[in-house]
Amino acid sequence: MTPRFLPYALLLPATLFLLVFFLYPFVQIAVLAFSGPEGFTLQHVQTMTSHWKFGTALTNTIVLAAIVVPIQLVMALSMASIVTKLKTGRSAILYIFTIPLGLSDLAAGIIWLAIFEQSGFLNSVLYGLGIIEQPILFLGYQNIWVIFLAVILAEVWRATAIVMVILVSGMGLIPREYYEAAEVFGASPWKRFVKITLPMLRPSLQSALILRTLAAFEVFAVVVALGGTTLPVLMGETFQWQFALQDRNVASAYALVILAISIASTLFFLRVLRVPKEARI
Amino acid sequence: MTDAVITDVPRSVSDARAAGRFLLIASTVLLCVWVLVPIYLLIVNTLSSPAEVTGFPKTGIPSFDFGSVQFFLSFAGVARALWNSVLVAVLTMVLSIGLGAPAGYALSRFDFPGKEAFRLLVVMTRAFPLPLLALPLAVMFIRVGLDDTALGLAIVHTVLAIPFAVLITFSLFSGIPIELEEAAWTLGCNRWQAFRKVVLPLVLPGIAASAVFAFTISWNEVFAAAVMTIENRTLTAFLIQSLNVSPLHLKFAGGAALVIPALIFIFAVRKYLFAMWGIANR
Amino acid sequence: MAEIVIKNVAKSFGSFKALHSIDLTISDQEFMVLLGASGCGKTTLLRIVAGLETPTQGEVWIGGRRVDHLPPRERGIAMVFQNYAVFPHLTVFENIAFGLRMKKLPQAEIDGRVTRTAELMHIEQLLKRYSGQLSGGQRQRVAVARALAMEPDVILMDEPLSNLDALLRLEMRAELKGVLAASKTTTIYVTHDQVEAMSLADRISVMNQGRIVQAATPVEVYRNPAARFVGSFIGNPPMNFIPATREGEGRWNVAGITVEGPDAGRERLDFAIRPEDVDIAPGGLKATARVVEPLGAHTLVTTEVNGAMFRAVLDSDIRVSPGDELSLVPKPDRVRWFDPETTAAV
Repeated sequence: MTPRFLPYALLLPATLFLLVFFLYPFVQIAVLAFSGPEGFTLQHVQTMTSHWKFGTALTNTIVLAAIVVPIQLVMALSMASIVTKLKTGRSAILYIFTIPLGLSDLAAGIIWLAIFEQSGFLNSVLYGLGIIEQPILFLGYQNIWVIFLAVILAEVWRATAIVMVILVSGMGLIPREYYEAAEVFGASPWKRFVKITLPMLRPSLQSALILRTLAAFEVFAVVVALGGTTLPVLMGETFQWQFALQDRNVASAYALVILAISIASTLFFLRVLRVPKEARI
Repeated sequence: MTDAVITDVPRSVSDARAAGRFLLIASTVLLCVWVLVPIYLLIVNTLSSPAEVTGFPKTGIPSFDFGSVQFFLSFAGVARALWNSVLVAVLTMVLSIGLGAPAGYALSRFDFPGKEAFRLLVVMTRAFPLPLLALPLAVMFIRVGLDDTALGLAIVHTVLAIPFAVLITFSLFSGIPIELEEAAWTLGCNRWQAFRKVVLPLVLPGIAASAVFAFTISWNEVFAAAVMTIENRTLTAFLIQSLNVSPLHLKFAGGAALVIPALIFIFAVRKYLFAMWGIANR
Repeated sequence: MAEIVIKNVAKSFGSFKALHSIDLTISDQEFMVLLGASGCGKTTLLRIVAGLETPTQGEVWIGGRRVDHLPPRERGIAMVFQNYAVFPHLTVFENIAFGLRMKKLPQAEIDGRVTRTAELMHIEQLLKRYSGQLSGGQRQRVAVARALAMEPDVILMDEPLSNLDALLRLEMRAELKGVLAASKTTTIYVTHDQVEAMSLADRISVMNQGRIVQAATPVEVYRNPAARFVGSFIGNPPMNFIPATREGEGRWNVAGITVEGPDAGRERLDFAIRPEDVDIAPGGLKATARVVEPLGAHTLVTTEVNGAMFRAVLDSDIRVSPGDELSLVPKPDRVRWFDPETTAAV
């Protein structure tokens, strides 16, 4: 009944597609980054590292991720806990909480631009409350930290939803009996959260952290929308070299840097939050 | 005395419970405000006249003036960008489901050597910053004449969407008991007939949801779209490239044009969202 | 006419041998039950007959036609699954009509057959419902009706009653027996429930670790187990076994008493007796009562004979307390003997 080749025939299109358009291009990035007219060269990497924006872009990207991801994790955990406790209106609240999940980072940037721009809503509120005499230019190069703050807010606003969705579905997999057993043995709600929810949620935490950290390293449109090129980040620089400066090789070198920190952080989370196969639900 | 003790204990318990309840409701409301207000503000700006958008201070109440929307829609290149966004997203949807669903079916129904290798390939895509694929693919596509085409960009977006398509369809098919197919075989169906008459009607809503999800991924993607398209820009590419030159009301109307379809999509697939991520986790 | 012949069929999953060379003939219109614990290979054997599993070796013949290379739809079989497999997106009517539509029968014929089988299974008032609106018992009926409507030569049933609650199971069991006898089909029925097997079967095939240990009528399987496994698997409580040593020509020492037995030229045999086949009388096995469980008509007494467990089912009029010393005399015509090495009956 089962022709032996059927599963392979079904997998073939997707496999070929991923080999040609996923694995091969990543090899190509390395080739582009290291090849010059006379073969192998480190010249593009040197061009990249010696440019004054490289250091700032790298630092900005990593610092942004280091701030945004933990905030998102804590917020998502509280949101997920709230949702599981709600009795009425649960699905409506859940939908509202997940709305930003479907939004593009560019849209999120534009939304927060409406708040932070000079004639925007933040200035309007401050002016209305009599705190300021006239609107402040928040998103200028004099106030890079405000741009930074706006980017953090926009990122937290937009991408906490995805972490929450992953955690809520992970919590759904934890059998109720464990909580009831813990309650019978006298564990307080907080103890139950720390002793049962968190450890059993480890696989979900792991994939949420990997997903979000990688996405944080790819931050691009939010930054461009809020700060133009005032706040350099890795992905923005990659775009600049590729598009404005028309230098594919240096852009590829940048891509390799993003790839390197992405893989490093993935391995880190895989190792730190490893769950032995026998200990899974 | 005993009376006081008896009434006192339950009261403190119920007080604590009421306080907890209040805290729960307060934080729920606060979080809803945090999510909804920024979107509301964007809508306010979109539904105000260009003068109001640049004016100060703002009232926070829309005047329902469609000047900004009209300006946006008639702005050179916008209509075309909207069309391109839809085209690329539809192509992405078709490609990722067309390639991903058969793989999901194979993973859910068969045990065969090489299964783990394929799973690894799919899982691996998540450890890579996929929009960067646009750089080498841009070079590759110039050679084959796919540069600056909807199909070329859709291919990049399909790489983004295909892992989801595979994992979601895998779980959809796994949710259909194999006995249903077997029963159909014993009742006179061949493999294809059993799939078409029994499995397909049951998974169709789920497939539609994952197709919408693929559409949304493509609709929202910025970096690859900006790198891969020049003439045939999508809406995101158009907006990001004209950010520093376009007036505020164009940006906000454009933002709304990005947001509103996405809101509808998420609403349409909300039932499947958690199931999708529940599995996409493994 | 649909005789089923299974010749030398074996099945391996990787290095695991699920079935070792099975030979079995099921005659036309016979009700054959495959009985065994989970993992014994009974479902695998059924699925091989159905065509849902390909045998590693061997042949399957149905009605004089070799079918092991044919897909299920060309074998003239119908199957009832353990979880019923009622299609959730179709009404009860369309479920029963499913196979008939695949056969491209005319609509009038389909209507007739669906109505008839629905009446037979007492579900005619459910025809417009969907599976989600049915109880487990009703789903079961739909699954059987769907199989019967095909008017197949062979009906295969994979633990069809195991998901029903006890009362419903009893009711369905009686009903299935009547309906299947009237339908004149050959039936293979898989179950792990010995009472179900006993009550339904013309013949029972007792399976263990991928082999058929005994294929015989229910009474034969109960009274004359072909191997020690059958005696210990069938009957609740199961048979008692006591090692015996040879005393002389046809005489065996069983825990201190002499019992007449066969003389197979061996020094050791296993003596076996069913718990209900002992009487309290002088000169029997010396047994110390340990646990006494009154069951109404009978009392189950778990005793110790020679340091090993021995169960006796006694009339409930006999008063026994834990600690009592009993003398249990086995009924001579009910004593069975097994070879301790091959475990086969002697």
